[in-house]
Amino acid sequence: MTQHRQDGDSGARGRPRLVVIGNGMAGMRTLEELLAIAPDTYDVTVFGAEPHPNYNRILLSPVLAGEQAFEDIILNGPDWYAAHDIRLHTGSPVTMLDRVRRTVSNEAGVSVPYDRVLIATGARPGRLPIPGVDLAGVLGYRDIADTESMIAAAATASRAVVIGGGLLGLEAANGLRCRGMDVTVVHLPATLMERQLDAAAGRLLQKSLAARGIRFVLQAQTSALIGDDDGHVRAVFLADGTRLAADLVVMAVGIAPNVDLAQRAGLHCRRGIVVNDTLQTFDPRIYAVGECVEHRGQTYGLVAPLFEMAKVAANHLAARGYSRYAGSVTATKLKVTGIDLFSAGDFEGNEDTEEIVLSDPGGGTYKKLVLQGDRLVGSVLYGDTVDGSWYFGLMRDRRNVAELRGRLMFGEANLGDTGHQGQHRAATMPDEAEVCGCNGVCKGTIVRAIREHKLFALEDVRRHTKASASCGSCTGLVEQILMTVAGADYSATPTAKPLCGCTDRTHADVRHAIRDAHLLSIPAVMHFLEWRTPDGCARCRPALNYYLLSTWPHEAQDDPQSRYINERALANIQKDGSFSVVPRMWGGTTSAAELRRIADVVDRYRIPTVKITGGQRIDLLGVQKQDLPAVWRDLDMPSGHAYAKALRTVKTCVGSEWCRFGVQDSTNLGIDLERALWRMVAPHKVKLAVSGCPRNCAESGIKDVGIIGVESGWEIYVAGNGGIKTEVAQFFVKVKTAAEVLEHTGAFLQLYREEGHYLERTVHFVARVGLDYCRRQVVDDEARRRELFDRLMFALRDLPDPWRVDQPAGARSEYALLGATATP
Amino acid sequence: MSDASATERDSAWIALCDVDELPRAGARVFRATCGDIAVFRTIDDHVFALADRCPHKGGPLSQGLVCGHTVTCPLHAWVIALDSGEAQAPDAGRTPRHAVKVDAGRVWLQAARMPEDADAPSARA
Repeated sequence: MTQHRQDGDSGARGRPRLVVIGNGMAGMRTLEELLAIAPDTYDVTVFGAEPHPNYNRILLSPVLAGEQAFEDIILNGPDWYAAHDIRLHTGSPVTMLDRVRRTVSNEAGVSVPYDRVLIATGARPGRLPIPGVDLAGVLGYRDIADTESMIAAAATASRAVVIGGGLLGLEAANGLRCRGMDVTVVHLPATLMERQLDAAAGRLLQKSLAARGIRFVLQAQTSALIGDDDGHVRAVFLADGTRLAADLVVMAVGIAPNVDLAQRAGLHCRRGIVVNDTLQTFDPRIYAVGECVEHRGQTYGLVAPLFEMAKVAANHLAARGYSRYAGSVTATKLKVTGIDLFSAGDFEGNEDTEEIVLSDPGGGTYKKLVLQGDRLVGSVLYGDTVDGSWYFGLMRDRRNVAELRGRLMFGEANLGDTGHQGQHRAATMPDEAEVCGCNGVCKGTIVRAIREHKLFALEDVRRHTKASASCGSCTGLVEQILMTVAGADYSATPTAKPLCGCTDRTHADVRHAIRDAHLLSIPAVMHFLEWRTPDGCARCRPALNYYLLSTWPHEAQDDPQSRYINERALANIQKDGSFSVVPRMWGGTTSAAELRRIADVVDRYRIPTVKITGGQRIDLLGVQKQDLPAVWRDLDMPSGHAYAKALRTVKTCVGSEWCRFGVQDSTNLGIDLERALWRMVAPHKVKLAVSGCPRNCAESGIKDVGIIGVESGWEIYVAGNGGIKTEVAQFFVKVKTAAEVLEHTGAFLQLYREEGHYLERTVHFVARVGLDYCRRQVVDDEARRRELFDRLMFALRDLPDPWRVDQPAGARSEYALLGATATP
Repeated sequence: MSDASATERDSAWIALCDVDELPRAGARVFRATCGDIAVFRTIDDHVFALADRCPHKGGPLSQGLVCGHTVTCPLHAWVIALDSGEAQAPDAGRTPRHAVKVDAGRVWLQAARMPEDADAPSARA
């Protein structure tokens, strides 16, 4: 090993040298992130104080409880370091960080020069300032050595006292109890886990732990630990004079960041090592992540913030320099098998908040939601935590929950999800039980992926297994599985979410830039907003194309190559690569002549399947791509836009013209609406329906815009959805005439077209901006309504039927196979 | 069609089309005896050829979005590297490649599949 460094960035292989101090989860997660984005940037050395490979510290409790072995929780074995050419020095703590000579040295005398340092020294258990803390048999609960000592003690000793009834203390108490010890928990406050639970949930938790045989002494202050002649702890004295016999004392009274090394090196520290939003310390060559840091006055002891820091630090170590850490919102779960507990945010509430509480002590269920105005700001769940992640998401995203309020307590599943069989307890599911109905993923597959690929984040489980990647209704279950297998379910704190990996800009940023800077083409947008990729990706390009066309109709440049194949081919691709064709039938009406032409086309092009769609039209399935232009020509019907993010159908009932109950002419209103609005592109597909009486045979209640005729006029409902989550449309306005229906419908849809995010259905758009906002724009403000409607009419003016456009030869070649001539 | 045996025919260079007949950031399909071959032209005018089958569920890659030197399968959005035919992690799989070259604005293709360890078959227009 080199003892001296020369100036300039030059380690082995000429790379700059990165030294990581701390072989724990934060440091190694940062290295993994770094290796993933810039694998060959550094010559890496890792120092670890413990004589072990990197392991999953949050799974120490299951190891203590005897539910997992140490080998099960190893994250990176020696082969991982070898495979990545990382030099590893374990079993000896780093004693010096010399910022003048730029070297890191450990107790064993190894000294390594650096160009960059990553400090990830973690935290250590707090110790009470009382007599006797140095006696043998008094342990903290932090690492595998502590855990092994406890396991060894449990084998010979019988009485344990745990000081501290917080998360860690209770996990320790439960583990020791599982190993047969007689356990007493001493806790200063009146209820357990007071930092995460309100009093009611704390009492429930105490009850179920007491049922396992753990004793509790609450509101009790420890005054001294008493040892025997051999210096081994024998008793715990409380301030009121009580004496508790003890052969083992576990102190779980919080953690303190390990800042000694950094302090000695002259780095600015307060409670933790102070870092900025790029995780840089006051020395620009030195970064710090994890429990040892203090960021914006906060220190963190949970895994989610640590992973977020790791991502940002890796981004800067890789010299990409665009990522920022803005702090984390965290949620807590207890890792005690059989006890489901979740807490997040401000669960106590104050004079400005309201609470919704469901309490069933007999059934062992307690749920409290804390609301401030229309936002969820805190929650405590005990007994049934499957909706924890959903509530957490609502809190982090600051979603307006006014519309959900009545159903909020009953969870996401009661909002009308389909496809996950009402399962709500991941732990009890067998391996072959299906978790994700959309992608057919069973529990065993998810567990295997988490183990094999060492996954912690929901996003990663989605990427590897596709579980919960489609409709997302099984997200809670997947997170529970992640929790049981990996000990954590990490979900990122939402900052403004970028449109895709090519940029940090949000959908809204992009929309504004296109409008404000009058951008007219995709390359112009990418240049203006400094895209990181030369020509974007499959996520951003279709979005940009839509934003351009919807913002600058008749002016922006359409890019067919940025459209998904269905929109490019003007037909829907099927699993075998053939296409389906859906001609438009105004309001679901057709004629003998049209049906004859359809029949002839089916015969002529040998179309294998003809099916009636749910939108009252006819679907021709199995058309070969090269036949498409001829099929459209021979059908001689308008394009149905079944392939597009656009107005699809206007479903109607027969209405007053025929129906004995009908009070309004729904069929003709539907036809008029469809003729006025067809060819309208939108952020996502748009479906309308018109019913002629409240019996609602056209199913207006689950459409983007649903209209229901009543004696005195028409009721308009918006933002319904019949898909993965059935969402009933919400009442928007009641109007008298068909003309008013058209204007309100058009204005609402134009608002959605102008402000919706690409691939956001009206239900999600309205949930995001609020129904009141839409009403103010469209219903209350007549001038604004007119403007919106006029802009929609302008956008639609003179738009051709895409099936009838005489396309240039280049575009038509989309449908033709390449001809070829063989040559010698 | 020539009378040559299948092997000879497949290893011969076939003149497909002019580069300009391929859409930029797009693809077209050549129907070979061994199956459809997707011929891609990227935004920076490189030309690649892959079997028109996604390693996942056989989706027609020729119909996908071409971004950089990758194509996104239209069926389930797997991302396939055009030079190696390899699926982007965490998905795993490989689509066979075909040799292409561009000579004086003309695209030439070999219908035979390339061996897996061959160099990247890109051709600059």
